[in-house]
This record gives sequence, C-alpha cells and structure tokens, in this order.
Amino acid sequence: MAVTREDVLHIAELARLGIDAARADELTKELSAILAHMEVLSQIDTGSVSTTIDVGADGTPLRPDVGVSPLMKGTLESFAPAMRDGFFIVPRLATHEDSNESGA
Amino acid sequence: MSVENFVELSATAIAASVRAGEISPADVIRASFARAKDIGAGADELNIILYADEKASIEEAEEMQARVNSAADLGILAGVPVAIKDNIASLGLPTTCASRILKGYVSPFEATVVSKLRANGAMIVAKTNMDEFAMGSSTENSAYGPTRNPLDVRCVAGGSSGGSAAAVAAGITPIALGSETGGSVRQPAAFCGVVGLKPTYGRVSRYGLVAFASSLDQVGVVGRSVDDAALGLEAIAGFDKMDSTSSDAKVPIYRLAALGKPAPVAENPDTEAMRIGRSPVPLPPPPSPTTLAGVVIGKPIEYFPDTLDQSTRELCERALDRFRSMGATIRDVSLPRSPLAIPVYYILAPAEASSNLARFDGVRYGLRVDPGKGLKAMYEATRSEGFGPEVTRRILLGTYVLSAGYYDAYYRKAQAVRTLISEDFRSVFASGVHAIFTPTTPTPAFPIGAISDPYEMYLNDIFTVTANLAGVPAISVPIGRVRHLPVGGQIITAHFDEYTMFRVAYALEAGLGREAHQ
Repeated sequence: MAVTREDVLHIAELARLGIDAARADELTKELSAILAHMEVLSQIDTGSVSTTIDVGADGTPLRPDVGVSPLMKGTLESFAPAMRDGFFIVPRLATHEDSNESGA
Repeated sequence: MSVENFVELSATAIAASVRAGEISPADVIRASFARAKDIGAGADELNIILYADEKASIEEAEEMQARVNSAADLGILAGVPVAIKDNIASLGLPTTCASRILKGYVSPFEATVVSKLRANGAMIVAKTNMDEFAMGSSTENSAYGPTRNPLDVRCVAGGSSGGSAAAVAAGITPIALGSETGGSVRQPAAFCGVVGLKPTYGRVSRYGLVAFASSLDQVGVVGRSVDDAALGLEAIAGFDKMDSTSSDAKVPIYRLAALGKPAPVAENPDTEAMRIGRSPVPLPPPPSPTTLAGVVIGKPIEYFPDTLDQSTRELCERALDRFRSMGATIRDVSLPRSPLAIPVYYILAPAEASSNLARFDGVRYGLRVDPGKGLKAMYEATRSEGFGPEVTRRILLGTYVLSAGYYDAYYRKAQAVRTLISEDFRSVFASGVHAIFTPTTPTPAFPIGAISDPYEMYLNDIFTVTANLAGVPAISVPIGRVRHLPVGGQIITAHFDEYTMFRVAYALEAGLGREAHQ
C-alpha cells in the first residue's frame, strides 16, 4: 500500500512533527518502501488467532490498583523548560493567541 | 592482585580483590578512566562514552572504601565499575538517549537497575553512546556521532547499545548495561566480541528505562565473559513494585549454572552466602563429555538459510559440534513464523514508540524551540529540531499504522502474527528442547556508512527480534571470527529459564576456549 505525500503530511500533523516539502517527498518514498515489506503479513490467516496481550510466561502479574509515587530526588524546576508557581508554562493555544504575540 | 592488568580483570576478580582489601575502589576507578583515555573512548575517537565524571566517581569509590573498612555487606559487585546506556536514568550523570531533544537532561530519579547495581557495590562510571532512543542497529543514529568498533575502527559497534558493548570490548568496564527492544544488546555484543543478553520480559525492572516500545523493552547486560554477564544479571533481576510488568519469579544464582546442576534453592543459607559474595561460588569443572548430558539443543532451520554467510555458518557448525562433544543432543527444529518477525516488529515497535515519544514536546523537560506562533507551532518546532531522521521516520510509521483505516491491516494483524511467533517458541520448548542455538547476526560488523537503506538496516535484527516478540531470554556468546571480526552464537531458552541459558552458554564458552576469539 503506497503512502501518498498527503498521508505523510497528515500523519506528521497528527504526530506534531514539522516536515518541510523536500523531507515530505523523501519520507513518502521511504515509508512506502518500508510498508511494502509489511504486505507479506496480509497473506497470513489470523482469523482464529488472538492478538498478543502479554509476553510473559503466565501473563502480566496483577498488583493492587494503587498509585505509586515516583522516587524523585530533584525538583521539576531543575529540568523543566519554563515553570512558574509550580506550573509548567506553555505558549498560548492558537484559539487564544494573537499571531504577533509569542505567548507565555 | 593489582590493577596493573585491569583490562584483563573480570568483575568477579575485581569484587573478590576489593572485598579482600587487595585493591581499593579508587584504584579501580582510576584504572577504568585511564583505560578509557588510553583507548580513546571520547567523542573525537571511538566515541564510546557520552558522559563521565572522574571526580564524582572517585568520591563514590571513597564511599565504597568506607563500606569496605566497616566490614559491611559489600554486595556481589563490590567495587566493580559499570557503564550504563544513556537511556537508563541515573542520578548525577545526564540521561539524554543520545538525542538532541534531551540534551543536558539530568534525571531527578534513578532507574531500579542502577539502584540495584549500587546496592550490590557497583560504581557507575559512564553513560554510553547509543542509537537515538535505541532506534537503530549500528549506533550511527546517535545525535553525537557513531561509536566505532574497538576491534576495527572502520566498522560499526552495532546497536543500539553500541557504546555499552564497545566499553566492555575496550576494557573500560567488565560489565555494562544496555537495553533491548529487538536485539540491541545481543547484536552489538556479537559485533564487538563480548557476551550480551536479554532476560525474560518481566525479569528485570523497566522503571527508569526511557520507554521505546514498552511491550518489548528490557534492560540487558553486556559482559566480557558469560560469568560476568551472569553476575550482572543476578544483580539487577527481581521484582520491582515500580514496574507493573515486573515478575516476582525467584532469581537463582545464575553463576552456579556453570556447574551443570539444577538451580539451588534461593532461601538456603549457603546459597545466600554465595549470592551476596560471603562465600565463593565453586569453580566449574573443565568441559567433559558429560557437561551437557541430557540437554537437547534445537537448531531451527529458518535461522540457517541458504543465504547465510558461509563463514558464519561454519562457526555455528563448530559450536554445535562442541555441544555434541559435551553430551548434548542436537535436534533440527522449526520456528516457521520467524521470517515474519521483521515486518511484525517494525509495525509494533514504531506504533508503541509513536505513543511513548509523544511526551517529548518541549513542555516538561528537554529541548524547547518556540517560534512564537503558539502552542502547536512550539510542539512541531521542538520535535522536528529535537528528533533525528530515524526517530522521525519511526514516529511517522507508527502513527500511520495506528491511524484510522490502517489499524486493522497493520497493527492488529501484526499483534496476531506476534502470537503465532510466540506459539512457535512454546511449541519447540514443549517438545523437549531445552535451548535453541542460532547465529546472532547474519554477518559480522559492517563498515560505518555502508548501509543507507532503512529496511536493509532493519534486517540486522532478523535473528534476534523473535526473542523480544516472544518475551523469552537469549544470550549472544562469541564463537569465532571472520576476517578478524567477531561472530556471535545465540542461545534462546524458555520464559524465566535463564539458568539453562547460562548453563549452555558457560559450556559453549569453555568448550571453545580461545577459539571463540579466533
């Protein structure tokens, strides 16, 4: 199944990846070539086969449904790009922004 | 014993000497850093190490010395320097996954495997180079340039744990941690002439391993010998409440597998004394016609195709002959769905990656590129500038196979075929086969830059990726050389039967002796 340039631009938007025109053309060829190798799977009869839901010997072990706190030894401020009063700061959403404004 | 011959010291020898007070942890650290300098492990030469801090490591060694002086339990890795792949979270040194998007990021928490290493007396000396986010088979996809193979600097070290395999091969540390998603420890171990393993899925905690494909990822061990790899796995294996897929299956003393006897009871006081290093593990006897008596080793026909490199085939046949000479029975078996593994893997792994890597968006950590055009533009600019070409390709591939209209044809189909691949392994092991033997890779290490087609690069994983899809343990052991380049043989066993895997691996290593590196 060949991937089109429009497909690439669509999935790039879904994945929040900025792709320029030249790279979109390259990726169209690359993804089409890779997916061509996947076509072999369509010939396998899997009608009565369940999909893999675990990869352990006896399934995934269960545990109490309680939250476990991460063992943090640093602060969020030590690595966040921008924080204020304990909150991550992000640029404004497109629906709220002025195109001449840089947000935050 | 002294550190003058540091390069030749095994992890067990270092730990024994530190415990006995014959060498100090600080001496070990200095020897490790001196070796890294001598061999050219930095960015301008072999490019094995991304981050290291000798001053901090010396301080860690002095703390270890205090433990020695106080006669505390030092652990099975007392004073052993260990290198860690750069996608495993560590306090003190950056964790960047060899990606621009995490440049400068220092984790505020530590991976369980790193904490376990420290608790067992190990000292973390370096973060090693890798393919960006573990996506690659050559370490050429690192944002910081490729790692060169210490045995031939014109060639790749393999990947994605190329830096960890090269660190051990170069004699910088006797043990290193890598991570596996499709063969990323075993393949570089084979290329660099060292031992590399992936445990059963669930055997080792993934907490603190930066997620690539969560249903496939496992932390693995690189060792200079089977013994060092066994010691390393023993140190990091076991249940962890921080990983919901972690198993509570008992962890044997893997090193006792060398004796060719059943796994001892873990709660036995004598066993425990050996486990924590209070009493030595008995030396294994030399290989004999009964070393592998009663062991059935499967030779799967799909892993020895007509196209297999003839020299690699001959080395595998030599290894199989050694198994026979030690009392094992070799049986032809079939894993008929294995040829489908690469398509399955390169649907499922990118699908999971496209979800896992959504978190790298410039908001909470890492790089932020803000062109000043709102939130969506910031996401796109950050991710486009932060991710390299292969990571971008796989995110797009994963997004595509999960998108409306293609999910059933690709993702669901691949999940069903994955079940069939797992059933193949279960069927072979249920038929009385104890271990499966294959080549680790189709060819030895290739020259840097030799493979540019993405799918051709993916085919490097053709013999390793099935163990990840099935969740079973596997180990690569050196079995000889082709044109001076190492070749690895792979031993695969049933879920949680690492003990048998090590038994066969110890026997192969002893049976080949020096020929394993000739």
